[in-house]
Amino acid sequence: MTPTEAKRPLQLNDQGQLRHFLSLDDLPRELLTEILDTADSFLEVGARAVKKVPLLRGKTVCNVFFENSTRTRTTFELAAQRLSADVITLNVSTSSTSKGESLFDTLRNLEAMAADMFVVRHGDSGAAHFIAEHVCPDVAIINGGDGRHSHPTQGMLDMLTIRRHKGSFENLSVAIVGDILHSRVARSNMIALKTLGCPDIRVIAPKTLLPVGIEQFGVTTYSNMDAGLKDVDVVIMLRLQRERMQGGLLPSEGEFYRLFGLTEQRLKLAKPDALVMHPGPINRGVEIESAVADGPQSVILNQVTYGIAIRMAVLSMAMSGQNTQRQLNQESEEQN
Amino acid sequence: MNLPDPAQLLPEMASALISHLNKRQISTPRFIGIRTGGVWVAQALLETLGNEEPLGILDVSFYRDDFTQNGLHPQVQPSELPFEIEGQHIVLIDDVLMSGRTIRAAMNELFDYGRPASISLVSLLDLDARDLPIRPDVVGATLSLPGEQRVKLSGPTPLTLELQTLTN
Amino acid sequence: MRTRILGARVIDPNSGLDQVSDLFIEGGVITAIGDAPANFSAEHNLDANGLVAAPGLVDLNVALREPGYSRKGSIATETLAAAAGGVTSLCCPPFTKPVLDTPAVAEMILDRAREAGHTKVFPIGALSKGLEGEQLAELVALRDAGCVAFSNGLDCFRNSRTLRRAMEYAATFDLTVIFHSQDHDLAEGGLAHEGARASFLGLPGIPETAETVALARNLLLVEQTGVRAHFSQLTSARGAQLIAEAQARGLKVTADVALYQLILTDEALQGFSSLYHVQPPLRTATDRDGLRQAVKAGTIQAICSHHQPHEADAKLAPFGATEPGISSVQLLLPLAMTLVQDGLIDLPTLLQRLTIGPATALRLPAGTLAVGQAADILLFDPQGSTLAGETWFSKGSNSPFIGHCLPSAVRYTMVDGHTCYQA
Repeated sequence: MTPTEAKRPLQLNDQGQLRHFLSLDDLPRELLTEILDTADSFLEVGARAVKKVPLLRGKTVCNVFFENSTRTRTTFELAAQRLSADVITLNVSTSSTSKGESLFDTLRNLEAMAADMFVVRHGDSGAAHFIAEHVCPDVAIINGGDGRHSHPTQGMLDMLTIRRHKGSFENLSVAIVGDILHSRVARSNMIALKTLGCPDIRVIAPKTLLPVGIEQFGVTTYSNMDAGLKDVDVVIMLRLQRERMQGGLLPSEGEFYRLFGLTEQRLKLAKPDALVMHPGPINRGVEIESAVADGPQSVILNQVTYGIAIRMAVLSMAMSGQNTQRQLNQESEEQN
Repeated sequence: MNLPDPAQLLPEMASALISHLNKRQISTPRFIGIRTGGVWVAQALLETLGNEEPLGILDVSFYRDDFTQNGLHPQVQPSELPFEIEGQHIVLIDDVLMSGRTIRAAMNELFDYGRPASISLVSLLDLDARDLPIRPDVVGATLSLPGEQRVKLSGPTPLTLELQTLTN
Repeated sequence: MRTRILGARVIDPNSGLDQVSDLFIEGGVITAIGDAPANFSAEHNLDANGLVAAPGLVDLNVALREPGYSRKGSIATETLAAAAGGVTSLCCPPFTKPVLDTPAVAEMILDRAREAGHTKVFPIGALSKGLEGEQLAELVALRDAGCVAFSNGLDCFRNSRTLRRAMEYAATFDLTVIFHSQDHDLAEGGLAHEGARASFLGLPGIPETAETVALARNLLLVEQTGVRAHFSQLTSARGAQLIAEAQARGLKVTADVALYQLILTDEALQGFSSLYHVQPPLRTATDRDGLRQAVKAGTIQAICSHHQPHEADAKLAPFGATEPGISSVQLLLPLAMTLVQDGLIDLPTLLQRLTIGPATALRLPAGTLAVGQAADILLFDPQGSTLAGETWFSKGSNSPFIGHCLPSAVRYTMVDGHTCYQA
């Protein structure tokens, strides 16, 4: 016997359009490409004198952040504002023990205020799925990061960065370096790269920072940084949290930097035109040398710009898919 | 109903446009086509005029007022304006003028790039079914269609018009 | 009351009996199988043609949630759910509030169970006070109050020396200790089996070694102390193998598995449904197959529901913030029958693992269908079907099987000759 039969993917509407943006797990390549194409158009908007389009005028986008974040929160705010939506941002503490309940109640309350879209960041993997499935299925839910699971807008902005600098994914070697275990960015990047046809995805980390069974993502693991960087086109560095020194994951920041830090010297092993990326905020001297972070191959600041365009694309596509679903529901109700 | 052949409308539109611009004393107009059909008409018109000025392309998907009903156009592309808008005399070109909403969206978008000195509107067809007070300065032909019928332009070469009947 | 059950296929795995016979019940006891006793005149005739008569099922782990968790369940509701699942005898774990570490709590549970009158209830006492793993509970007093075995649940003893002493003390009085083997440190913070699925979902993992390391330690201490031991809730193929190896070298240990572990795997976690959040976690298909083979071989001699009802709110949160467990006892028979349907084992073997197997593991006076024994009988239609959830008595509706059509249908459950559930 199998568990409950597969339903329509939670994040798509009956016509296969995006209605929530929860993870990249089961999205087809065409949809990821559509997101990138739409974001390209929004990038052009960002270059104008007036950086604003009236697409989501009258809509209310609510950023609900159960975890602190500056960059993701502000770029979502900016994205929503550039689409002419009204934006509210709530920083919700999760210190209370009954965080599940508070999540449920918080969102129900916001829904009652007629929010049209939630951008949610939460420390529990699967939080965005939970909200889309059980709390407010009729409000478009955008995952701004859930636990270690997924950070799909970061994944897509990284893909936009790569596509704009490298053209396509078909012949690329991409290395993701550092704390893969705790990183939702790494998971989203691995899935997006695979879906978009990148043939050589490498993850470089000590075994303590690699999730078990990661090969099943279709990636190759390296514990030697020099071997892993050899001739790659893109290097994605991950942030290393200080608390990883506890609990035996790593002996020290110094040893990590010695073995896995991206220095100018090491970067020479990659292709001469290799891109250096980082989701930020960066720890200079812990995972990356300042000269590399600020160097000519670094596109770390471009990533931030592209992040706004990706978020504009996702916000408008999900709002559009949710509208379409509502109309489909109304039509089928009228027929019954 | 017989639809006109766009190729036969173009010479007349070209001369009407020249006299319109002369009357308004516009010597350096900037041409902008609205994606997709308007761009084809604009290219054909510039060719007829023998004009080799760069053509601006406007994609109004982000400015449409029917987002709530129809959602986002799935193949939205960036607008490409290879010149300044500020202080320029714009000739906006579209294929079929019906409600006027596309032109409203296009003008809103143009104003986000800058404040044009003037905008003139050229349309291959005018279906005389406007919801908004927008009229073309130059028009190829004016038609009245029954409510359930629409005209579709195919192109870019050759430009052809066909009738479509809405099904529901 | 004198009852005659006519024409059932009578299966008693304990004696090997498997034939169509009449059953005669008087004074709560089976007085004859086959021919009527002399001068027997039935007050009540029950036509059981086409039904199977088996010993009532024995479930070694059904959380009744009383006292202390009335939102999740009560003795009355959960024992009725058990009866509807074919169960006539069940053991309830000590995770109540207050913890079942004093005779007063045991007596209270037994009183309430008698009042409810749905199934027989055998409490499992806490091995340590407050389940804290530091000070021993009064095991003998608890035994005298009716506790049939002692357990500390998944809250294992952090200190091996204290655990060893608890086992020695239990051995002194020939008490049975139940182990839910999970190493605290290896499992800490984990939500799902550590493997590709959990990695993919970003759920912190519980490695297989959380079970096997604790299991190996417990087996060695059992060997040293000679305590009577039962290993509960196995989840891994490797764990089942450790039990088989211990049994092969002569250690008299028994084991059980949660029925859902024989059916579900960690693949079910895709989509983050909290209905599949259980502790210890669902593991891989390889583990499930290993557990199934261990059930078939008899290494695992008992299949239990490990019933854990919850109120709706307990499951209404992101996966990691929900409470683990499945409300499973009401589907015990029909869900277990899928193992027969799948061709893993035949019906008498399945019934063995659901009756005399668990009963002997904890030395319960249950699990047989024989003359002179209590008339704890399950009558079910093996050709029938059960739409899971169509009737539901448990306070917890946290079952992923609701809505599924399962093989067989429980018709009557009798305890001491009284019908305590009738479909």
